[in-house]
Amino acid sequence: MRRTLSVLFRKEVADHIHSWRFNILIALIALTALASMYTAAQSIRDVVPKLDTPLGDVSLFLKLFTASDGKLPTFVAFVGFLAPLLGLGMAFDAISSERNRGTLVRLLAQPLYRDDIILAKWFAALAVVGTFFLALGFFVMGLGLFLFGIPPTAEEVLRIVFFLLVTALYVAVWLSLAILFSIRFRQAATSVLAGIAVWLFFNLFYPMIVDLIAPISTQGTVDEVLRQIGWHQFLSRLSPVTLYQEATTILLSPDVRTLGPITVEQSVGAIPTPLPFGQSLLLIWPQVAGLVAMSVALFGISFTLFMRQDIRGR
Amino acid sequence: MSHVIELKSLTKQYDHVRAVDALTLDIREGEVFGLLGPNGAGKTTTILMMLGLVEPTDGEARILGINATREPLRVKQVVGYLPDDVGFYDDLTGLENLVLTARLNGQSDPEAEASARALLARVGLKDAADKKVGAYSRGMRQRLGLADTLIKRPKIIILDEPTLGIDPEGVREFLALIRTLSKEEGLTVLLSSHHLHQVQAVCDRVGIFVGGKLIAVGTVEELSATLFTEERFSVELAAEPLTDELIDRLRAVPGVAAVERTMDGVLIRASADVAAEVARTVVEAGSALTRLSRRAFGLDDIYHRYFEGRD
Ligand SMILES: Nc1ncnc2c1ncn2[C@@H]1O[C@H](COP(=O)(O)OP(=O)(O)OP(=O)(O)O)[C@@H](O)[C@H]1O
Ligand SMILES: [Mg+2]
Repeated sequence: MRRTLSVLFRKEVADHIHSWRFNILIALIALTALASMYTAAQSIRDVVPKLDTPLGDVSLFLKLFTASDGKLPTFVAFVGFLAPLLGLGMAFDAISSERNRGTLVRLLAQPLYRDDIILAKWFAALAVVGTFFLALGFFVMGLGLFLFGIPPTAEEVLRIVFFLLVTALYVAVWLSLAILFSIRFRQAATSVLAGIAVWLFFNLFYPMIVDLIAPISTQGTVDEVLRQIGWHQFLSRLSPVTLYQEATTILLSPDVRTLGPITVEQSVGAIPTPLPFGQSLLLIWPQVAGLVAMSVALFGISFTLFMRQDIRGR
Repeated sequence: MSHVIELKSLTKQYDHVRAVDALTLDIREGEVFGLLGPNGAGKTTTILMMLGLVEPTDGEARILGINATREPLRVKQVVGYLPDDVGFYDDLTGLENLVLTARLNGQSDPEAEASARALLARVGLKDAADKKVGAYSRGMRQRLGLADTLIKRPKIIILDEPTLGIDPEGVREFLALIRTLSKEEGLTVLLSSHHLHQVQAVCDRVGIFVGGKLIAVGTVEELSATLFTEERFSVELAAEPLTDELIDRLRAVPGVAAVERTMDGVLIRASADVAAEVARTVVEAGSALTRLSRRAFGLDDIYHRYFEGRD
């Protein structure tokens, strides 16, 4: 890492850790996550004794993340909902606050590259968020150990760690978007509103729009329906929300074997065993690549915008 | 003496405004140079081009021989810049703000802290070093700003309206400090201002900059000499009655270059000392001479002279 980049990175990390905003966001997520986890644990304890499969086969620890008692959403749903807010909340004023405080010009008068400034902000936020999610994940595993009295299997640990990494990556997409808005809009309030608008759009409206322009009919030949489903799926996957949901589903529910449609003939001979971890990874590889591509594209736009922007004035 | 700053027909064209128009200027090593001009003259734009923060439309800026547009990083290693409204991280202390700048300039942590403490003492902020900048007054911020430009151990410092918002006594101290620094450490200083008195007090040379054009450069004496060759002396008088006919007569006095009405009398510019002749003319015309004063030329007049033509 360039020296100036690491100096800025250290400063940004310290800023986040000391900021009220970050601590409030973290507390919010930790609390809701733990609450949903606790109810999940409760419902699992009720269900498990009635099952006759050996305990190891039902992936208890993964259930902690995906089970729900029907009253509170699952952990995964919570995180999927709040992670974008975390990303937006941490970076919506990343550049505009430097500009408004008059520190941007002073920074740029030092011997550093302009991109160091946005890179440092991005990496620092991601490092802090990544650390937090990993800590939360391990805390949950500890909790599970305490509740169930058995340790997670290696595969479960791997799946959970990857789930957390994908979540960090998902936050990164929203971070990039927030940084872009913080460059484009000088007012922090505008930037927050724009961020929330995009978030609402992808969470609420985009699925409706996709249903509208790519309806799936219940009649017609297999080929036709398959084509409609393909088109529908393609459109949905333009949204980071879909990509994240698909990736986490595959990672945390090994019994989900495919993301596409399966015909009756295909399912006839299939053995209902959980998918091995390696296979799951292969399956979500395109989703992960999609999320990375979105981050990079947004970052690229921020970068170009920032390089050409007049740095003068508050 | 060598030139540390060379601007060659530097030009910046914004959409409709030519902010800087073919500016050519050389600044010598170790001098304190004042860029004097009214609002919107293009001072800040010029400075930003010298730092490679704004790209010139035409021409080039060389700092210690380095092209500022092509190698801004190397320029920023040797130039300390104090922006016109400098900002700090309010939730960090003065010391921490300086240490950050020092580290961005490649100093190690202990080295950064030592030089930050030394500089804070130098600018008179020793006791406020560990206070949050949010609690600093305007003058304290400005001093911290000066320390911030110095912490990279620059060869040149560029100060954009450094005395903005400081009280008169503070300004005097601040300028004295700049002067001492320049003389003791051989720093080259470029400062922009619209306060001519301040510039006069501290600068070795002055450039008068209006509408993107540098219209005069030199020491204050040189400027008044070139500007007022025809009209080196001036006489202000009040007479009763002050008729147009009297004014015509005054114009005819040998040596008088211009006569203009002021609020309560007339201002006469002349190439020689015409006070006695003028007084006689007034009396001979039958008017009563109520006031007569001779004025010396300072930067005030030079400044006014250059700006009186503009709208
Ligand atoms: N980004 C911009 N786009 C268009 N015009 C600009 C821009 N920045 C500055 N200008 C114009 O360039 C001219 C010079 O501005 P500049 O800030 O350099 O003046 P200045 O001498 O520093 O003035 P002041 O004493 O008020 O600080 C002004 O007319 C200003 O309106
Ligand atoms: Mg200015």
